[in-house]
Amino acid sequence: MPWRLLRFALSQKHPEPRMFATHDSLKSSYDVVIIGAGGHGLAAAYYLARDHGITNVCVLEKGYIGGGNTGRNTTIIRSNYLTPEGVKFYDESVRLWQDLAQDFDLNLFYSNRGHFTLAHTDAAMRTSRWRAEVNKHYGVESEVVDAAFVKQAVPMIDISCGGHAPILGGLYHAPGAVARHDAVAWGYGRGADMRGVEIHQRTEVLGIDVAGGKLTGVQTSRGRIATNKVLCAVAGSTPRILKMIDVRTPIYIHPLQAMVSEPVKPWLDPILVSGSLHIYISQSARGELVMGASLDPYEVHSTRSTLDFVEGLAAHMLDMFPFLSNVKVMRQWAGMADMTPDFAPIMGKTPVEGFYLDAGWGTWGFKATPVCGKTMSWTVANDRDHELITGFTLDRFRDFALTGEKGAASVGH
Amino acid sequence: MKIMTCPINGPRVISEFAYGGEIRPMPDPAMATDDQWADYVFNRTGAPGVKKEWWCHTPSNTWFVAERDTERDIIQRTYLYAGDV
Ligand SMILES: Cc1cc2nc3c(=O)[nH]c(=O)nc-3n(C[C@H](O)[C@H](O)[C@H](O)COP(=O)(O)OP(=O)(O)OC[C@H]3O[C@@H](n4cnc5c(N)ncnc54)[C@H](O)[C@@H]3O)c2cc1C
Repeated sequence: MPWRLLRFALSQKHPEPRMFATHDSLKSSYDVVIIGAGGHGLAAAYYLARDHGITNVCVLEKGYIGGGNTGRNTTIIRSNYLTPEGVKFYDESVRLWQDLAQDFDLNLFYSNRGHFTLAHTDAAMRTSRWRAEVNKHYGVESEVVDAAFVKQAVPMIDISCGGHAPILGGLYHAPGAVARHDAVAWGYGRGADMRGVEIHQRTEVLGIDVAGGKLTGVQTSRGRIATNKVLCAVAGSTPRILKMIDVRTPIYIHPLQAMVSEPVKPWLDPILVSGSLHIYISQSARGELVMGASLDPYEVHSTRSTLDFVEGLAAHMLDMFPFLSNVKVMRQWAGMADMTPDFAPIMGKTPVEGFYLDAGWGTWGFKATPVCGKTMSWTVANDRDHELITGFTLDRFRDFALTGEKGAASVGH
Repeated sequence: MKIMTCPINGPRVISEFAYGGEIRPMPDPAMATDDQWADYVFNRTGAPGVKKEWWCHTPSNTWFVAERDTERDIIQRTYLYAGDV
């Protein structure tokens, strides 16, 4: 590095290539077309090229890379879910996360903090015990802890929450972590690009061609592409794409909002979630408090944000941390969360041959980015659902066999 | 602050209202096939559009119908249910 700095510091030309190439035109056909350059779409492209040798692939993005929920989420990574399907799936994801930065040769700011799900009632303590047992059975670190343990880990907390909702204890998940979301998208994008995948930003999918139940092509804002395989990974836009091929699903869209404070000195190491107060909080490497709450109460297909949200979230934050009353809110935003009735995703093959779906990731899909890329690339390459996603297929609704991932539902993420 | 008009109580802030989801006709349980019933129970019109929805003004417990543009979040019309939506 110092040598390169010396050599190029005064030169007009910068020798480092950009993160990924831009292409002037689309080819007329690809082996696989991926809709959506969020973390999920880019990860699938990366593993298709790296693990399956399928490189005649393009990723189409109507806006810019990571501009969807990938760039709007609060980046909590954990695997202490409730169903066996969920625990196994997310645990594989946490394992993949741990050496991703090495894989990419890019700093993802993966920061292992420890994650508390705080319990303010006896019922919540019971759920904590249940979750801890399921987790431990699958080898996931997860412990029920008491209020003194919480206070020791977070000395600044008002453990009585102003007397409204005293914290009795909670579930502690040591592997809980946060990561730099943009870097995840860029890392996967660069890795895919290096292996021959084309990434086309500002290219919107407007229609999908199906003939005799089989996928034949994609209509885009820059022309038609012929292909037999499409992977749809568009989160909050999923119902719009599915309308093009007349596939009905239970997915419904509600906004999920978040906000950050001005940067303050480091005082909060772990990630905290409170189901009773409907809040979660962590402190970023820059010192900002990253805060979120539950889903907006009704369907909206846009990323507008509201004052009601900030007021509600701030009030509950003060129950737990009264000393924050002078801290300013810097930014707020929203993403469109693609929700399902059982809080589990919808993944795999669909009634249209060659159309694969990775959706229903709602408020909890960032942590699953690596494992979704892995399993969806396998599914697309083999035209068969990967074994880790068989609990998440669209058919489960037709068969009245829901997955019931309540571990995701405590508070929105 | 967002305002919604209750057909009985007039304009009120949106926080006084509860959303009850899109109005969906129920197939006859005795006649419907399993697939039709599963479609009714689970599937939704997830894409944006102007939708007819159930809303409730919670302080007065008034259920009514709202026609709302779900992309721009604009409430176009609210009225009491008359059995014909
Ligand atoms: C406020 C908030 C907080 C969250 N917090 C967490 C958290 O703490 N932990 C966690 O695990 N998850 C969290 N999530 C959920 C998580 O962000 C998502 O599940 C995940 O990022 C989805 O990634 P994706 O790649 O599937 O979708 P996205 O990142 O949304 O990417 C989809 C892309 O598709 C593009 N697209 C859409 N339509 C078209 C079209 N017609 N043509 C071309 N491109 C199109 C979009 O522009 C977008 O870039 C949160 C979400 C939000 C909104």
